[in-house]
Amino acid sequence: MTENGIGVRSLRKEDQRYLTGKGKYTDDLNQHGQAHAVFVRSPHAHAKLEAVETSLAENIHGVIRILTGEDVLEDGLGGIPCGFAPTGGGEVHEPPRPALANNKVRFVGDLVAVVIGETLDSAKRGAEAVSVTYEVLSPVISVAGAGDKDSPEIHAEAPGNLCFEWSLGDSAATEQAFSEAHHVTKIDIINNRKIPNAMEPRAAFAEYDAGSDVITLHTTSQNPHIVRLLLGAFVLSIPEHKLKIISNDVGGGFGSKIPFYPEEAVIAWASRKLDRPIKWNSSRSEAFLSDTHGRDHVTHAELALDASGKFIGLKVDTKANLGAYLSTFGPLIPTYLYATLLAGQYTTPAIYCQVNAYFTNTAPVDAERGAGRPEATFVVERIVEKAAREMGIDPVKIREQNFIPSDSFPYETPVVVAYDSGDYKPTLDAALNLIDYKNFGKRRSHSHNTGKLRGIGISSYIEACGLAPSNVAGAIGARAGLYESAQVRFHPTGSVTVFTGSHSHGQGHETTFSQIVADKFGIPYENVEVIHGDTEKVPFGMGTYGSRSLAVGGSAIATACDKIIQKGKTIAAHLLEASEADINYREGVYSVSGTDRQSTMAEVAFAAYVPHNYPLEDIEPGLDEGAFYDPKNFTFPAGSHICEVEIDPDTGVVEVVNWAAVDDFGNIVNPMIVEGQMQGGIAHGVGQSLLELCIYDEGSGQLVTGSYNDYAMPRADDFPDLKLGFTHTPCPHNPLGVKGCGEAGAIAAPAALMNAVTDALGTENIDMPATPERVWRALAQA
Amino acid sequence: MPTVSLRVNGKEVSAEVENRSLLVQLLREKLGLTGTHVGCDTSQCGACVVHINGDAVKSCTTLALQVEGADVTTIEGLATNGELHPMQEAFRDNHALQCGFCTPGMVMAAIDLVNKNPHPDEQTVRQELEGNLCRCTGYHNIVKAIIAGGELMGG
Repeated sequence: MTENGIGVRSLRKEDQRYLTGKGKYTDDLNQHGQAHAVFVRSPHAHAKLEAVETSLAENIHGVIRILTGEDVLEDGLGGIPCGFAPTGGGEVHEPPRPALANNKVRFVGDLVAVVIGETLDSAKRGAEAVSVTYEVLSPVISVAGAGDKDSPEIHAEAPGNLCFEWSLGDSAATEQAFSEAHHVTKIDIINNRKIPNAMEPRAAFAEYDAGSDVITLHTTSQNPHIVRLLLGAFVLSIPEHKLKIISNDVGGGFGSKIPFYPEEAVIAWASRKLDRPIKWNSSRSEAFLSDTHGRDHVTHAELALDASGKFIGLKVDTKANLGAYLSTFGPLIPTYLYATLLAGQYTTPAIYCQVNAYFTNTAPVDAERGAGRPEATFVVERIVEKAAREMGIDPVKIREQNFIPSDSFPYETPVVVAYDSGDYKPTLDAALNLIDYKNFGKRRSHSHNTGKLRGIGISSYIEACGLAPSNVAGAIGARAGLYESAQVRFHPTGSVTVFTGSHSHGQGHETTFSQIVADKFGIPYENVEVIHGDTEKVPFGMGTYGSRSLAVGGSAIATACDKIIQKGKTIAAHLLEASEADINYREGVYSVSGTDRQSTMAEVAFAAYVPHNYPLEDIEPGLDEGAFYDPKNFTFPAGSHICEVEIDPDTGVVEVVNWAAVDDFGNIVNPMIVEGQMQGGIAHGVGQSLLELCIYDEGSGQLVTGSYNDYAMPRADDFPDLKLGFTHTPCPHNPLGVKGCGEAGAIAAPAALMNAVTDALGTENIDMPATPERVWRALAQA
Repeated sequence: MPTVSLRVNGKEVSAEVENRSLLVQLLREKLGLTGTHVGCDTSQCGACVVHINGDAVKSCTTLALQVEGADVTTIEGLATNGELHPMQEAFRDNHALQCGFCTPGMVMAAIDLVNKNPHPDEQTVRQELEGNLCRCTGYHNIVKAIIAGGELMGG
């Protein structure tokens, strides 16, 4: 086996630079002659923009230029486009979003103007001196009342603040199931709004080269090619070869760096307009206001069961908050990334989901780690748990008796997806063992004796990863393909450079992808260099989100490697004077069947670049192959998480005392990295369930939780030591048999935790996050 | 503008700074030491932690002029002759970093933590990390790395 090949806990190659302060994040860049940008943002949630007075600010020493919505109109810039409009529902109202506001502002933080200064301080002073006259309007904040008749109208294009009505599933069949039900369990859920909070704030640095008429934009993006497409084709109307997007080291994304943001458009445009390098770095306060937020669903769900506890129907009615404008993938999240997962791991034969999505005067909502799938899992796993409690069935048993049997894959659900593979019972069994489920009763008694409440909760989740077959993506409303590209360049002296359209912002692609290549070619992983995040170097790319990098980007790399191996076979046959049919390949060595004659990959590569003895009549010199991999299906990772909590009834403090997670991601390339993804994902889920809540003031629309003083981020002492395990049901439709692991923890965790909290409390009446105050109140009312 | 003179990573440096300039601005903008990061504006995330005379301090909350004559160590100054500091090594060996943005501050805080408490238990490490936020790792491997780093540093 290749050292540091597939399956090895290889240490990360990228760590050396991160640990020595040599990472290159966007804000680390500086250029001679650079200017600095500061945005003037709306202090109101909803207001008419009457006048933007800049003359005072323009006279401040060091202020170079102030650009407003009028300049945007004058220069004919296009609006910030949305990349997804769901099919299968009603009309999708898609109001325009200008790069800078031109007659109305629609959330606190909406962009009004940009001040360019010689220094950051002069730009800040200029921004403070810009005088804006607003006619303040009443805001619409919570999604629950957004569509009420008396709600103020946010966009003229969206009557009733409705973006779309949409549904999935068979309504008649579901109603029929409910009419035959022995028992119906009902639940009302608020899936709390989160702020992603990648530790690196967003940043943009643009340089315009007047000689070549090329704009280079360095930006904190999870998908630089998508930024190039949207900025070039929709905003600036310039072709791809005049626009370079570079996203070097990016300090976390969690979905918030997927969208194409107006700040990126403005910085690129201003750099060209002023012919200056321009630098913008978001403060954390700006990040809270203007990064896309996640979740924010209000849901009523009902589960129909027969007398034995078999699920026979599920009805879900959800109101989803999209914020003030449609972000790049905003409408995808509460539709096809949500309702398609409502079967969970179960055979529920009839499902119907209605989603109404609304505009509100809050920051745009888009993907946040899990994106739609945590919301679906929370609905399914909370209602299943509640049903078990109501019917007096053991929560393990009710899950087991409804699991999709392992011999039923591929499994078509009633919500339009076909699960690729899975084996759910062994995964749950492994989690039960890991947490010592059978002795929970003893632990509960012990807690009781010390005046504490103890609860346990299970979450058996499903997710869809590896977005996505392009034809499916197109059919459901995506305005782009969702393949991935790779270029694998075998150099003359035996090292390899991989150009990938996936983007790493913490996931460790430089290591994982190197392991795949090392495995394919039988070379040390140190001899592989992975290049990403540069539209000029990488042929194309759709970027990293939806746990797609390994399943789609990795598959593209594996496919390109196979093309090289195949071409090498022809070269080796020539070198070894044998028929190509007699050439075998294994771990970097070509050999002739039945002989000891062989040629190494390095020899083949050298021959390809120095083709003195080479089959020039049959093939071209060089060893450099590209692949665009379009997945055949989504992948469907699944697992079971079990959480145990202890609650102090006097203070309401919930302590997570035990966590076991067993996940099935198919084949695993680097177990160390996968465990890291699980730990981080679980932390996101625990954060959502216990700590994190984005609060806007209903009256004013001000963001109340706009700093780390007010928004509770998870800290090290919020977690126990996590127990992790894995099962392996390989994905049958991609070359690596992999499924994707980046979001699983965030998807699974909230339901496990809230099932444990409600188990301990003996009441279902508590929403996330289960803060001490809420827990204390729930106990007082129970 | 006043001048501040100090030693950074063992080298004598002087720079002109405004009275209100922060130490992190001096490090990043004047000295080009961009390994020290800024992740918030309320002194809570800890991405900017450096050592001043051996103590972990948030450089976003320290005026540049306050470090006159001091000995400042940043993440760039830890490795010697290309060899990682034991705490850096422990972070790498325990996969205690993902995106790397909080890492410099986390490592600097970790060294100070074990300097003051050479054999911390898990709970102590978790509590002591109150001033450092990480969004990637769930802290799990950071805690392990700090305990291991403490041992490597010779307790």
